[in-house]
Amino acid sequence: MNDHALRADDDAAPAASPGTAPPAAARPAAAGAPPGDPGARHYTAGGLVLRRFLRHRGAMVATAVLVVVVLAAFTSIGVGPVPGWWDKDVATAYDKLGDGAPTWEHPFGQDTIGKDYLALVMRGTQVSLFIAFGVGVISTVVGTVVGAVAGYFRGFLDAILMRVTDVVIIVPLLAIAAVLGRTSDGNLGLLVLALGAVLWTSLARLVRAEVLSLRERDFVLAARAVGTGPARIILRHLLPNAVGVVIVQATLTIAVAILLETSLSFLGFGVQRPDVSLGSLISEYEGAFSTRPWLFWWPGLLILAVALCVNFIGDGLRDAFDPRQTSGGTRARGPRTAALPSGKAGL
Amino acid sequence: MLSFLLRRTLISVVVLALSSVLMFWLTVNSGDPLADLRGSSARNARQLMAARVEAMNLDLPWYERYGLWLEGVAGCFAGACDLGTTRTGQDVLFLTGQAASSTLRLVTVATVIAIVLGIGLGVLTAIRQYSGFDYAVTFAAFLFFSLPVFWAAVLLKEFGAIRYNDWIATGRVEPPVILLVAAVLAVVVAGVAGGPPRRGLVAGAATFAFAVAVLFLLNALDWYRDPRAGFVSVLLVAGGAGVLVTAIVAGLRDRRALYAALTTAVAGTVAYAVLAFTPLLAEPSWAGLTGLFVLAVVVSLGIGFAWGARDRRRILLVSGVTGVLTSLVVVADILVAYWSSFLGLKPRPISTIGSRTPNFTGDFWQQLLDLGTQLVLPTTLLALVSVAAHSRFARSAMLEVLDQDYVRTARAKGLPEREVVVRHAFRNALLPITTVVALDFAALIGGAVITETVFGWKGMGQLFRDGLMAVDPAPVMAFFLVTGAAAIVMNLLADLAYACLDPRIRR
Repeated sequence: MNDHALRADDDAAPAASPGTAPPAAARPAAAGAPPGDPGARHYTAGGLVLRRFLRHRGAMVATAVLVVVVLAAFTSIGVGPVPGWWDKDVATAYDKLGDGAPTWEHPFGQDTIGKDYLALVMRGTQVSLFIAFGVGVISTVVGTVVGAVAGYFRGFLDAILMRVTDVVIIVPLLAIAAVLGRTSDGNLGLLVLALGAVLWTSLARLVRAEVLSLRERDFVLAARAVGTGPARIILRHLLPNAVGVVIVQATLTIAVAILLETSLSFLGFGVQRPDVSLGSLISEYEGAFSTRPWLFWWPGLLILAVALCVNFIGDGLRDAFDPRQTSGGTRARGPRTAALPSGKAGL
Repeated sequence: MLSFLLRRTLISVVVLALSSVLMFWLTVNSGDPLADLRGSSARNARQLMAARVEAMNLDLPWYERYGLWLEGVAGCFAGACDLGTTRTGQDVLFLTGQAASSTLRLVTVATVIAIVLGIGLGVLTAIRQYSGFDYAVTFAAFLFFSLPVFWAAVLLKEFGAIRYNDWIATGRVEPPVILLVAAVLAVVVAGVAGGPPRRGLVAGAATFAFAVAVLFLLNALDWYRDPRAGFVSVLLVAGGAGVLVTAIVAGLRDRRALYAALTTAVAGTVAYAVLAFTPLLAEPSWAGLTGLFVLAVVVSLGIGFAWGARDRRRILLVSGVTGVLTSLVVVADILVAYWSSFLGLKPRPISTIGSRTPNFTGDFWQQLLDLGTQLVLPTTLLALVSVAAHSRFARSAMLEVLDQDYVRTARAKGLPEREVVVRHAFRNALLPITTVVALDFAALIGGAVITETVFGWKGMGQLFRDGLMAVDPAPVMAFFLVTGAAAIVMNLLADLAYACLDPRIRR
């Protein structure tokens, strides 16, 4: 399907998308020099993706902002027994300075009983980030396994797994997440499991579609001919070639997860008192907007910042793995992965 | 085709039944339905618990309770629906009927706006790929897509409702704001215009001058508090809509299409002028209005049929769409005329709570304005997220199609760009877009849970939330039934739309 060499001036090369790249097993050979072009530098498929990602300005800015947010959240008030550089803590009610508006002493202001709002918001960010990334990992693992198994074995197993996916999909995302969130009763670990249990469906469908087409390729036939077992074929031959789809979708799932978790906490089905998440902070101080606007602005802006960054990174990754639509000169055909994860609407 | 649809629906129903089991089991096990009584210090707490166990069948295992619920639902096909009762003994069927109407109103309006705006923006950004306009829309889409809805809702309540109500008391736009709005419009138009820099500059400058003049004029007329339009404006707007539709669908060179559109606009305005003072429009009913609308569409199609010759289907489309738009313009004109008296009845027009103003009395049009003003904020919010998603998807679908060989062939044949974009590219891009739009509708009902909570609507969202808080399966399952049924219906519609769009599927 793709005989082009992977060259340094990659913007013009229709290569290295998950569907068109040479199989990962054959990668070293494919990266060999193209005839008649001895001077060009050569990259592995992974190196090309990295280069393209590093060149994506929006994604790089987003990565920087996200790193700053994550560092700030986890170093400022510390994690568990480890103290951070910020000298206030979540639980103490400090003396109220004025009406609690932001000051040098309390840069994010104070809440109604004098607690330091910077510490509270950082704790909320920690919780929301932990849940979002945890959900991202779980749903990616579940989705990849379900999709790969269904796509590789096809037949009865495929039918069963895909109907299970349908059963989960037909319930509105927020509804099933709320029911599971209610069940988890404020336990963070359970909440991560619960949200992970509903967000894997779109990835499963995408991976299945990818595996269905990959499994018909010659390198899979070759692997099977030498007696390779299904587990090894899936892990070593199929999934490395579907890695683009998986990574992009995993990123977008994290963005959906952070919005889903904060929405649930806002509705009262997610993180419960005394712990806080960015969503429960907003829920708590929703009525304070006209009197204490800072209690309302900070958590919302942080949710927005994190979700926006993750979405931009996902966009950069998609362009890096599948550059067909970004470079004006390339003309390649074939179904693209959906522009955005489905099911997000209205969250 | 029919058997295909039947099979699809049957599979969906089976899937729906299975997920109802899942949902019921999860809901029943999501918490302790007696929690509030266990902590109660009331002397008869024990009795109350026994009564609730009796009423909610808590002593039965979950599958028997599910069986009881399913039996009630199955009654729907026999004409005796029973969706159970809530914990407090209210009939869920009755509650659902009330709730569904306000939620469906919200979701339907949001969906229509999202489809029109989202697809329009997506196509425009695809045609003008890598322009400033494209980047701006792309960034905005990402922003709205990452927006926590519950947070944005509070902002919207503050700025869209409270501040707006303060402002409408005087109803004057300050000059700096006028200049700013005009400048933004100018930049947008310049971005869409594309082409050589001069073209963009001219378009932008013209827009700027026009917007400034109009905004100052509106200020001088006190238009925001006492807007007037009248038949001439209706004729102008409807005619303009007709020209625009023609330009997009058939091209202005197609004289017959243009005449059909203009005839439709004129006919609509004349009909409006004749009917305006009859009870049919002055004191209408929903049935009467629907009848008029159907009549308007039929007459427009008739006009299109009369004008059409060689390319009748296209002209029918032009006149039909123009007819619908003209009807909307007429309704808008009537509402505009009632605005001033409506402000007299409701001095702070946009309130932040509820789907209608309690104890609001007014005639039909004022009631409609009341519904509309209550609808405006939650709809905006729901639509924003969907517009963002649709525009991104439509853009990528459109870019995908514009890359195809047959589009290059069409260009090489020398077809006008409009023809290439609309007939060769857009029609094919509509196929994947249809799927996403259909899926989105059901997701929107789910998403409405948050919007309704923030805006205090008594809709499906509240039913669901209260039910889940009380670990009461009946209202939760009612919510699930409505969303599930909506999902099935939307999937059916998507299949039908597929068959319309793609002749290969019709077999």
